[in-house]
Formats: sequence, structure tokens, C-alpha cells
Amino acid sequence: MGVEKVLFYIFAAMMVISATMVITVRNPIRAALFLVLTFFSSAVLWMLLEAEFLAIVLVLVYVGAVMVLFLFVVMMLDINMDRLKEGFIRYLPFGVLIALLMVGMIIYVVGPGNFGLDKIAEPARHAADYNNTKALGMVLYTDYVYPFEIAAVLLLVAIVAAIALTMRRREGTKYQKPEQQISVNRNERVRLVKMSAEQKK
Amino acid sequence: MKYELPNIALATPEITLLCLACLILVVDLFVKQENRVVTYTLSLLSLAVLFVLTLTSFTQKTGFAFNNTFVRDAMGDVLKLGVYLAIFMVFIYSKDYLRQRDIFKGEFYVLGLFGVLGMMVLISAHNFLTLYMGLELLSLSLYAMVAMQRDSVNASESAMKYFILGAIASGMLLYGMSMIYGVTGSLDLAQISTKAAAAAAASNKMIFVFGMVFLIVGVAFKLGAVPFHMWVPDVYHGAPTSVTVYIASAPKIAAFAMLMRLLVDGLISLQGQWQSILIILAISSMAVGNIIAIAQMNLKRMLAYSAISHIGFLMLGVLTGKESGFAASMFYALAYALMSLGGFGMIILLSRRGFEADNLNDYKGLNERSPWFALMMLILMFSMAGVPPFLGFWAKLSVLKEVVSSGGLIWLAILSVVFSIIGAFYYLRIIKLMYFDQPENTQPVEADLDMRLAISTNSLAVLGLGLFPGALMALCLAAITA
Repeated sequence: MGVEKVLFYIFAAMMVISATMVITVRNPIRAALFLVLTFFSSAVLWMLLEAEFLAIVLVLVYVGAVMVLFLFVVMMLDINMDRLKEGFIRYLPFGVLIALLMVGMIIYVVGPGNFGLDKIAEPARHAADYNNTKALGMVLYTDYVYPFEIAAVLLLVAIVAAIALTMRRREGTKYQKPEQQISVNRNERVRLVKMSAEQKK
Repeated sequence: MKYELPNIALATPEITLLCLACLILVVDLFVKQENRVVTYTLSLLSLAVLFVLTLTSFTQKTGFAFNNTFVRDAMGDVLKLGVYLAIFMVFIYSKDYLRQRDIFKGEFYVLGLFGVLGMMVLISAHNFLTLYMGLELLSLSLYAMVAMQRDSVNASESAMKYFILGAIASGMLLYGMSMIYGVTGSLDLAQISTKAAAAAAASNKMIFVFGMVFLIVGVAFKLGAVPFHMWVPDVYHGAPTSVTVYIASAPKIAAFAMLMRLLVDGLISLQGQWQSILIILAISSMAVGNIIAIAQMNLKRMLAYSAISHIGFLMLGVLTGKESGFAASMFYALAYALMSLGGFGMIILLSRRGFEADNLNDYKGLNERSPWFALMMLILMFSMAGVPPFLGFWAKLSVLKEVVSSGGLIWLAILSVVFSIIGAFYYLRIIKLMYFDQPENTQPVEADLDMRLAISTNSLAVLGLGLFPGALMALCLAAITA
């Protein structure tokens, strides 16, 4: 067994276990941290597939940015986990049945019977100086320029939607007016009171 | 390395719309709330520009661009023209409704235009990647539009449901795409089609079928076919009616295109497999839609269930796997979009500030309040029920004709007719309420002239196209066979 295989099994097992933990642990913070571990393990698996650029991007974007935001949201919202777990037991048998059925079917289809090396040949390995990032860059702005532009529009729509949904004036909201704050003079802030000195008794 | 510049001219309508939508987004920032009608007018103008652009560059020839991720063909062009017209009407209908509810915002129109762009990308997709991008662009705009009425609990709830179920459906679709990519090594629909044909010939198509099932689940969700219909009544009911009329019309045309691109352009060699899946979806949609609609006392919910049953009918044409069948379904999609526009437009017409005319009782005695609009509603309801000579009749007739002529499926045609007769009950009930019951309020119907004109044009178009269905039907057939 080569080093790659050992690495694969270690990280694949880690990914499955941490993914299971995401949905089973009680504490939402822990669930989010386990999700980070899942992303990290899948990044390693991508690295083994010679998709270095995607692996790094996954770590940078998901682990670095998205999950941090996620943690913020989880900590800011007071999520009542008991209410989320309501009905869990009631739906459990049905859910387990469906899940087993799906897993059975997926294993049957995706197993070596259909995706074995005799069916689909092993992709050729690239030389050590092969540049994954460069290869992606070559096609991203040429062959795939159309989907790439649409992705940009998608992000624009996401921004417009987020602003349209959250930016609204509510009655009674307290906010600062900087222009008034900087134009105050001393008289509005401090009042000097003349009074006679107190006599010590 | 040599790079050939793609034939950008083919995508002129898409590029123009993107530029115009961005322009409107910026212009809207400088428009005061009382002049918001500027944004509205500009949006209508952009749709008119698109209509002219697509119509003048209309071609029977199929052209590819951007490394085959984009296709411009006659079917796509006709469907796009349908989308422009539908959204044009949606914008006219929504103006007063949004104003009365204080949500007359520029974002509604900008997001609406981006939704149109998404539909255009979806219609013109020739690659899994562009197809998915178009779908997401459309869906994201729709989620935001549903949620736009922030003070309404119903709207927020339905947006949440729509978003979560839509995300699950996208996941299913992507999983199916990844399966097919795994076995073909390509996202291009033409290459997938050749590989699928080779696999089907060698009867080695298990993974294709497996992936295809997930693709169909994704499309069925977008169309709102049973058993992926749970979101439809809640979203149609909860969303502001101006958004419901959007969701119920043009996206159905785009979803039809999506079905055609995936199953016909991509996986036509697996027709034997997807036919049986579509038969099950069609029968259950017609059954659930028509039977549950009877129990609805809310017109928006009733029309939502009616939408589900119409989707079942739409699938009948596609599942025959013949070009004439696809043309019949295309005709059905366009006809349904027109009728559904009218149906929800009527609800908007009768609604006022603080009052939604979405209860069946609100239609009691409409004939006494406004004979003209009662007649318009009568046309729409008769057409949806499939009564000749209205448009809906020809739509139903053409798909049924295809099903009967494809042999071995006559039982399916009979079953569809039975469900359609069951469905006629709830459409006719509205007519009974309008003409034979006493009105609960005798207020005359008040609406602006543009709204009156729009809804009258819409209903008369249903009547006119019903009297002369030949041209539209020939157009659909020519577009499919081109």
C-alpha cells in the first residue's frame, strides 16, 4: 500500500466521521467546527487527485471565510436546539429507511461494477512541473467565459437581493448622525455653572 | 496557443439585457421614491428592446457560441419571445399592486430583469454548467422577490420554504449532473448525447439512468410536478400576488426548455427510461392537482393546484418522444403561461390597498359589479378548464392527440381526460359564483386604465388564439423541427 492510499483512507475516514458528527453533536459551535474538519479533509482528498488549486481555494474560501461567518451567525443567534430536535424520533424510522435505500442504491451504482478501472481508465498522471492553476486560468477566461460571466451576475444578484431584503428604515431605530456630531460646539456639550463656594462647617 | 473569439453576436440579447439591467440598477439609485415609475418604464422599455433584438435576429439555423456552452436555435428564440411578453405583462400588472402595498421598489424590477436573464441563459444552455447557472440566477432572483414584502409573515415563510426546497432540488440536479459527468467526462450536451447513445447501444447505461433520475427530480421540482410539488401552493399563496404571477408564468416556459435540453438534447437515447418516469409524474400531477384543487377556498391556492395539474398535461407531450409531441408541449407551455398570467392578473385587478381578492367568495356576483371583467374571468376559466374554442382547449387537444397517436398510450390519454373533467368542476364553480350568486360587497371594480387594458388584452388573446390557434401551433412545430 503506497503512501497515497494510506493518506486517502485516513482522510476519507476522517471526512465521513466528521460529517456524521456535524449532524449528531448537540452543540452548534462544535457542529460548525466539525464542518471545518470535513472541508479540510475533502481538500486533502482533492490534493491527492492533483486538483491543488481547488484544494487551496476550498481551504481559503470555505474554511477561512465562510465558516468564520457561519460561526459568527451561530454565536449571534440564540438557537434553541431542543425545538430543532422535535419530531426527530418520530421521523427517525422513516428517515433511516430512506437513507439506507439511497445508500444501497448509490453503492450498487457507483461501486467498482460501473466505475472500476476496467470500465473507466485511470487518468494519466501529470509531471511534477504541471501547473494546475495555470491550466484552469487558460480555460476559465476563454472556453468557459460565458458561465464565468453568469457566475459574476449571480453574485451581483446575491448582493442586490441581500441589500434589498435587509436595508430598510424601521421606526424608532437609534443611529448616529456624524454631521451633527462633528458640528457641535463647546456650549452644547458643557454647561458651566456659577455657584458660590461651599463653606466648610 | 490559439484562441478563437467566440461568435458573440449570437448572444446579443443576453448581453444587452445584462447591460440594461445594470444600467437600471444604477439609475434607480438616483430616482426618488415618488418617481419610481421611471425604473418601471425603463424595465418595460428594456423588454421591448429585447423583443425587437430577438425578433430581428430570429433564425432557423442553430448556432453555437462560447465553446458550445451556448446555443441559439429557433425553439430557444420562440420561448424567449414568450418570456419577454409574459414578464412585460407581469410588470404592468404589478405596478399598482406594489404601490398599494408600499413595496414599489426598484429592486423588484431589477431582480425581475435578472430573472429574465436567468431564463434566457437556461433556455439557451447547451452545457450542464450554463444550464445550472441559468437556473440558479432565475431561482435566486425569485427567492428574493418572494421575500421582498418584509412585513408579511406569510411572504417570509414561503420564501424560506421556497429557498430550502429549491436548494435541495439544486443539490439533486447537481448530483445527477456529476454522475453523468463521471461517466462521460463531459458537460457538453452534444457529447453527452453521443456517449449516451453509445452506452444505450451497448446496454451499459446504468449510471446514465441513475444520473438521469436525479436530473428529472431537479426539473420536476422547478416545474412543480407531484411528488415535488409541496412548495407550489405555499409559495403561490404566501408570495405577494405580483410575484406569484411572475413565478406562475414565464418560469414554466423556461422549465419546459430545461426539460427539453436535458432529456431531448442530452439523453434522447434513454427515452424508453425517462418516458416511464414522466408518465408517473404526469399522472400523479394531474390527479393530485385536480382533486386537491376542489377543496381549496382560496383562489391563489386553487390556481397553484391547477398549475400542478397543467404541468402534468405539459409532460404528456414530451414523454411521447416525438418532435410533434415536443411541439405540442411547447404550445401548452406558452398557452399555460398566458392563461396563468390572466388568472393571477385578475386577482391583482380586484385587490385593493389592504385587501387581497384571493378568496373564492370575493368573486361572488362579479357580473353585477363589473360585467366586462366577469366576462374576462369567464374566458380565462373556460380556457383553463379546456372548453372550446378557447386556447386551453387546443393546448389540451394537441398533447392528447400526440399521446393517442404514439400508440400503446391510449389509456394515458383517457386517464388525462378523466382528470381534466374532474378539474373542470372548480373552474366552473368560479363562473357559477360570478354569475349566479349575490355579491358580498357591491363596490365597483376600480383600476387604472393600463391595468384594465392589459388584463383585457390578455383575456382576449386567450380567446383570439383559441379561435385561430393554427399560427402559434405552426410556429411551435417549425421551431422544434428546425
